[in-house]
Amino acid sequence: MKFRSPLSQAKGLGSAKHGFSHWWWQRVTAIALIPMGLWFVISVLCLAGGTHAQAQEWLSSPINATIVLLFTLTALFHAQTGLQVIIEDYVPTKWINLVLLLATKFAAVIMAVLAIIAVLKVSVGG
Amino acid sequence: MQKERPLSPHLSVYKPQITSVLSILNRVFGSFMAVSTPVLVYWLMSIASGPEAYAELQACFSHWLAKLFLLAWAFSFYYHMSNGIRHLFWDAGKGHGLATLTKSGYAVLASAVTLTVITIVFAVAGGA
Repeated sequence: MKFRSPLSQAKGLGSAKHGFSHWWWQRVTAIALIPMGLWFVISVLCLAGGTHAQAQEWLSSPINATIVLLFTLTALFHAQTGLQVIIEDYVPTKWINLVLLLATKFAAVIMAVLAIIAVLKVSVGG
Repeated sequence: MQKERPLSPHLSVYKPQITSVLSILNRVFGSFMAVSTPVLVYWLMSIASGPEAYAELQACFSHWLAKLFLLAWAFSFYYHMSNGIRHLFWDAGKGHGLATLTKSGYAVLASAVTLTVITIVFAVAGGA
């Protein structure tokens, strides 16, 4: 059964067809962030107040480097999906809405690249 | 052209309840952690930069305001994680009854506070 009129579709009211994917990936990243987030908090607690050499040694381990990168990239993705929903809900002015959505996406990608380079520099570059 | 669409969260028209307050707090703490992601990335960059950059950042984190930020971050994380698990149960179709909603809400608060206290104990014991 079709509930939506052709007029509402032509006016751009309603589904843009990718709502489910957004919802689904928010859940997938949320589940992944539970163990990785706890691991990250424990790691930071162990490194707190320590020296640079200790932090460097920790990050040079391939396993730590892998988990810290997976955690950071997943967190950035999850943060961006969450901010998107909040912006869509609370910012009614179309152009401000668009600017904020673009800004969060650009910021997330820039931070992702910075994190990748930083972690690789320590774990591969030495 | 701007369409007159309904905006979903009418925060000001409802009496605060455990369900609605916890729901908006999930967004508040989530967005707080989202805008804090540069700190995480900068910390990784400081490890890559070398001892001077790392020492500078550590000096910043010894300030009480920075410690308060880390404490707020820890509480936000535990709250958002606990409430997120509650959300996953809802997604699975479980726990929608009013009594269960209230109980799981208080459980989220208890879990967030307990985990934060444990973290403070470990941080203080570790000399941070």
